[in-house]
Amino acid sequence: MEKDIILRAENISKQYRLGEVGTGTLTHDLNRWWHQIRGKENPYLKIGDTNDRTTKGNSEYVWALQDINFEVKRGEVLGIIGKNGAGKSTLLKILSKVTAPTTGSIKSRGRIASLLEVGTGFNGEMTGRENIFLNGAILGMTKKEIASKLDAIIEFSGCERYIDTPVKRYSSGMTVRLAFAVAAFLEPEILVIDEVLAVGDAEFQKKAIGKMQDISKGEGRTVLFVSHNMAAVKSLCTRGIILEHGKVAFEGEIENAVSYYLGGNAETMNSRTFGNEYDFPVFKLIEISLKNYGRNSDDVLRENELIILNTKLNIKINDPERYHITYHLNNEMGEAMFSFSNAGSFSLKNGINDITCNFPISFFQSGQYFLSLFIVEDSKQPIFIESDVVAFTVVDAGRELGTYMGREPGYIRPQFEWKIQ
Amino acid sequence: MNNNPNDWLFEITPKNKFFSLNFKEVWQYRDLLFLFVKRDVITVYKQTVLGPLWYLIQPLFTSITFTIIFNNVAGINTGSIPPFLFNLAGITVWNYFTACLNGTSDTFKANASIFGKVYFPRIITPLSVVISNLIKLGIQLVIFIVFYIFYYFTGSTLTLNSSLFLFPLLIVIMGVLGLGLGMLISSMVTKYRDFSYLVAFGIQLLMYLSAVMYPMELVKAKLPNYGWIVEYNPLAYIIESTRYMLLEVGEISVLGLSYTLTITVVIFFLGLLIFNKTEKSFIDTV
Repeated sequence: MEKDIILRAENISKQYRLGEVGTGTLTHDLNRWWHQIRGKENPYLKIGDTNDRTTKGNSEYVWALQDINFEVKRGEVLGIIGKNGAGKSTLLKILSKVTAPTTGSIKSRGRIASLLEVGTGFNGEMTGRENIFLNGAILGMTKKEIASKLDAIIEFSGCERYIDTPVKRYSSGMTVRLAFAVAAFLEPEILVIDEVLAVGDAEFQKKAIGKMQDISKGEGRTVLFVSHNMAAVKSLCTRGIILEHGKVAFEGEIENAVSYYLGGNAETMNSRTFGNEYDFPVFKLIEISLKNYGRNSDDVLRENELIILNTKLNIKINDPERYHITYHLNNEMGEAMFSFSNAGSFSLKNGINDITCNFPISFFQSGQYFLSLFIVEDSKQPIFIESDVVAFTVVDAGRELGTYMGREPGYIRPQFEWKIQ
Repeated sequence: MNNNPNDWLFEITPKNKFFSLNFKEVWQYRDLLFLFVKRDVITVYKQTVLGPLWYLIQPLFTSITFTIIFNNVAGINTGSIPPFLFNLAGITVWNYFTACLNGTSDTFKANASIFGKVYFPRIITPLSVVISNLIKLGIQLVIFIVFYIFYYFTGSTLTLNSSLFLFPLLIVIMGVLGLGLGMLISSMVTKYRDFSYLVAFGIQLLMYLSAVMYPMELVKAKLPNYGWIVEYNPLAYIIESTRYMLLEVGEISVLGLSYTLTITVVIFFLGLLIFNKTEKSFIDTV
């Protein structure tokens, strides 16, 4: 229903200029101003590349956000997901009125308070108590509101003993605790939270996440939550928006959004084709890719299907049988899980070698893994070591709705032979 | 719950309306303004031995220096008024202007980290500068009064003028002029840093053109060809009028003050206009 919409973004776009400010900008400013007084459109709005940090664009203007449309219902917890540079922070900045959109508008039926960073405006010379008031006022609270919550804030921060000491004497952890405590007691209709809030030691982190959960679930507040942490997003949000290169790539239920995001992430990483990076007198590495059996390598790697690791390399010397390849598999924490090698299975041959290695169905848990490649000479001397040469992500795409939604423990999930007599 | 689909509380759009100083919003944030003033006042001289005494040392030593250089060495005649008191009056008021201008002209640059994270009416920041400097001015006026009484009882002929009740108005004009000019410059500094250098030495030059250490008529008499520069400087009238009210020296020109008031109003609204335009997206260029 229309009246339940508390926030609506219509065609939000944001253009940035790249490079430094110099005489070039002055020329553009004058030209823009000249167009404006003649009642013409800004000439620089037409140009601009999409926001892709990896490719080199032609224009010095870039669209950080392009035609973003979404609606948020009262009481909804919306997750905003995206890779670095996808436009999340820009969107947050526009929502919190820190910067204006280039085009489009956001309409709101409630006060928006944003926590892009805790402790904004903290003054080291002032005491903890004075800073609670200052920081609270910056975040939009009145003195009366703060005074009524002062005891609760101090208690939540756990800094009671130091509350009348200048903040510059605080440890960094204490500063963050105090700052988060102030933020946690904000009471706007719409709260915009950046994930960086979950800082501090483990105990406080738990407290902070718990508080965020209370805010979003218990108190029925409308929350926009930005994060990289899929677990946090899944547990806090009801709906998700995925930003890709400044555009909305996906919008929907949080479960679907998360799997879309993980899938999209995997897409670019599961294979790597090499140019001349690894071209040596002995060999040249051409390609390493992972895919499911019967699928393309640009598809998502599914946990419940056969996974094929394909290695292509050109052996240039005449005694190829002296060499073999070994992989080390690391998990996302960088811990080594196991190594595997073609030694003992077959020898390498002269020229192009197209080698495959098959992992059984459901061998890997969903998650991200890294392969380090070793080329070993005479079974003892590695002549080439490249750490994390390929990263790949295995997703749990086949999980049916209604079954257990969490992640099983551990990293591998082998299917053993079970029998009943 | 209102069923009207257009009952939005507010809208975030690319541009502000022409004059959109939202007084209601500023009023909502009055506690923040008060806390900023408090912060400015209590943190300035923290961890100094002399503390707020620095407020007094500055104008005193400047006045002593000016008295030695301009009155004793250069021989500027201040009539029956003790030159020290003459200089102190000018410097106290002039200091208020420079403090306002300096404090507000880097509003965006200095507060970029706060402005980049949180929204509140940006004008709160320059307003707080002008108000906290008012407190500083108050303290400096006390020292002026102390010296006034001292000279009065040591035989100098000092009389307050009956127009003294207008003195607060003079201070308000000074503050608003500093605020307006500061807002104007702070907006331009966000993109082109050239302006902050301009302010740094511009203020120094401006002091010499503002009749701080000499009476206005002296310039007119000694430099008939260039005296108009001082006469067109709105600040000179404020300094001259201050001395007239406090020491009954020089003249108070109704025409000059009207001119100053007009310029102040124009600069203030121009500054406000540019400031409002800038606050929307300065964070992209700062």
